[in-house]
This record gives sequence, C-alpha cells and structure tokens, in this order.
Amino acid sequence: MALEAKNIFFRYRNKKPWILEDCTLRVEKGERLALFAPSGYGKTTLAMLLAGYLKPIKGQILLEDKPLPQKGICPVQLICQHPENAINPRWRLRRVLEEAGGIREDMLDAFGIETAWLSRFPRELSGGELQRFCVARAISSDADYLICDEISTMLDVITQAQIWNVILNEAEKHNTAVIAVTHNRHLAAKIAERTVELPDL
Amino acid sequence: MSILKISHPAGRRTRVVILTILIALLLITIYAMGIFIPDEAAAGSFLEAGQPPSWKHPFGTDMLGRDLLARTLKGMAVSMTIGIAASAVSAVIAVITGIAAAAGSRYLDASIGWLIDLVMSIPHTILVILISFAMGRGLKGLLIGIAATHWCSLARLIRGEVLQLRSRQYVAVSRRLGRSGGWILIHHLLPHLLPQLLTGLILMFPHAILHEASVSFLGFGLPPEQPAIGIILSESMRYLSTGMWWSAVLPGLVLVLIVLLIDRLGEQLRLILDPGSAQE
Repeated sequence: MALEAKNIFFRYRNKKPWILEDCTLRVEKGERLALFAPSGYGKTTLAMLLAGYLKPIKGQILLEDKPLPQKGICPVQLICQHPENAINPRWRLRRVLEEAGGIREDMLDAFGIETAWLSRFPRELSGGELQRFCVARAISSDADYLICDEISTMLDVITQAQIWNVILNEAEKHNTAVIAVTHNRHLAAKIAERTVELPDL
Repeated sequence: MSILKISHPAGRRTRVVILTILIALLLITIYAMGIFIPDEAAAGSFLEAGQPPSWKHPFGTDMLGRDLLARTLKGMAVSMTIGIAASAVSAVIAVITGIAAAAGSRYLDASIGWLIDLVMSIPHTILVILISFAMGRGLKGLLIGIAATHWCSLARLIRGEVLQLRSRQYVAVSRRLGRSGGWILIHHLLPHLLPQLLTGLILMFPHAILHEASVSFLGFGLPPEQPAIGIILSESMRYLSTGMWWSAVLPGLVLVLIVLLIDRLGEQLRLILDPGSAQE
C-alpha cells in the first residue's frame, strides 16, 4: 500500500532543462511526510505529478503498483497553494463542498466554517477562509493520500494551527497519508514523521 | 449615496429585479399589442392618405391611408419574432460549435474554424438572400437565413472562452473529484459563458432586425403587404422628400426604443446573475 514516483522525468517544454530528473519517492499509506526545497526546484510540479494533474515525460506514478485511475474520484487529492484559483468564482460555497460529496457538520465546526459563508460567493471571503473550504473539500472526498502544497503559507498562525490539527486528526482517523510541501521547517518538524529534501531525490 | 447603499443592502437588488420585470412586461405588451391588433386597424382608406400625426392617428398615416401606429406595432411584433428567434437559434449554434471546437479533436477545431471563415468571408446580405431564397422566402426563409449567418463571431468568442476555462484549476480539481466531462461542461463552464451569450444575443438582435429589413427591402424577404418594420421604413423613404417625416421618424424611434429596452434587459439580467454584483 503505497504511492510511488518511479524514476520520473518532467519538463514543461521540449528542449528546456529538466525540472525533475530521475526522481523517485515512496509514500506509505498513513505516513506523514514533509517535502522541502528552495523556490523553483519543482515542489509544486512534483505535487501535481503525484496527484495526476500532470503526466511525467518518462517514468511512472504508481498507486498500489498500478497507474493512477483516470476515472472516478482520485484517491490522491491535491490541495493547492492559491485557494481562489481552485474554487469556481461563480459558485456559492455550498456547492463547492457538495461537489466532493456532501456537507459534514462536524467538519464545518472543526474548520470554523460559519454556516453563513455557505451561501456566499468566493470573492466575498478571504484567502484563509477559502482555503478551509479547499481542505474540507479534499478531506470529504475520502482520499487515501492528501498532498498539501503550501496550503498554510497565507494563513495567520492560529488558523494555520487550527487547519493542521483538523487535517492530522482526520488523517489519523482514516489512516490517510499526508504529504506536506512547505518552506517552514518548524511546521515540518511539528507535523511530519519523515522529511525529504527535493534536490536529493 | 454611499450611506444609503450601506443601510439598504437589499434595496438595490430588489430595484434591479423590479426594473427587469418592468422592462420584460413592456416588451411583452408591445409584442402582444402587435399580435392582437386586428388587421382592419391597419387597413387603408385613401380618404386619409398622408396625414400627419393627430389624435386619431398618433403616428399619422402612409400614402395608402393606413394607420402607422397599428402598422408599426404589428410590424414590431413580426420583427421581434424574427429578431429573437433568429438570434436565439444563432446563439445555440454558436454555443454548440464553439464548445465542440474547443473541446473536440484538432481536426474538428480546424474544420469549424474553416467553416466560420467561409461564412464570414461572404457578405451577410448576399448569404441571407441566397439561403432565404433557397428555403422558400417568407418568414421561414428569412429566419433560417439570418440564424445561419450570425453565429460566427459568437462561436469564436465562446471557443476562446472555453479553451481558457478548461485550463482553470477548479476544472482540474473537479475532474480529480470524479466528475465527468459533461458534468463539468454544464456546472462549471456554461455559467461562465452566460454573460457572453446574453451580450451576444442582445447585440445580434438589432442586427437580425436590420438584415430582415434590408432583405425585405430588396424583395427577397417578407411579402410587401406584411407590416414589418423594415418594409415600413423602406416605404417611407419613397415619400420622405414630400415632407412625410412622421412615416420614417416615429416607426424608427419605436425600433430604437425596443432595441434599447432589450439592451437594458440584458444589462439588468447580467447584474442579477453575475457574482460580482449579485449580492449588492
């Protein structure tokens, strides 16, 4: 039971230098992993490859020794850095949660999502408030692997702690693997069991 | 003003909704009047030929003694039917071809692009005449002719918009949440296309009416006894030099009024539907 990147190569355009070159990573189910790298080393690219948003040029992404499923709910869910891009600006936020299969009251409480927000449009909420919806959406899809791509960079410290507590609680409950992409070494030390430096892969 | 806005957040929305309903009612009334006015009201009497506006004939009469108000209203109903039906059909064609071009294979995109170029390279009037003639002229021929020629620019716009929307992150997220292409099209893409569609429809409407008028004027469209706004205007041109200003100005004003009203209707609908203003 693991999510694996096997010798993957990736670049956005032909004849440009490789962003990821012969990169191998294995994440066990239920593991908590922090992924480190300076800016521009391909952290987000690796996150998108692992979640199936991009396809590697060479190499394979394997989930339990099979390629990622193309149809149905993907068991690997990515939470993006910029929540305002990941939510349809024409949808009221109730629909955003319903898209991943229903609204759970306990989740709303845990994330501090107020009921009044559900009938608002995304542009009426702040980035931090929107990020809670993105995280809640990813968790309610019952994913086995959660990839968090710098999800708390724009949040204040209290909200950061609050959101990570919920993520770790839920992950514990459902034996979900959490892959945290981050700049913040203190945060990584707090949440992860294992830390990986991207240039070493 | 700003204090008023803050203290009555619900008032503006209500006002917009009321205005929308009022405009819609006005348009429906004009349309209904045109349909329910009996033919006799627009029948001519040579005793009253060429009269200027009066209480009996608010819009005056033409050289055949027909009451111009009744004729204008009846003509407006015909023109509105053509305008709305042709632009609606055109818009549907534009949406389907635009989405197909953006979402389909590269060959489909290329052939739709080629078709758009082909239709746009022929002057509209000639194409409308050809299609209308081939389809048996009259109302049906004109409708098909106008609908088949006005979808091109909107289709291009929608193709571009869909290409852009498809690369948005929330569409990718939706796909990873197991949503099908059709579901994404209906729930994510179409709501974004609505403003383009509304604006396109409204811009097409006067175009359609004017094409109807010009083709009828050339004798390939509606039969001359049918009171369409284009026919009334082209007839009035013949008598303008004799000082019959009312036969051109008043029906023309009604045409402008209707086009403006439909424009306002579109603007109000956009205000209601757009998230940027929906809750103001």
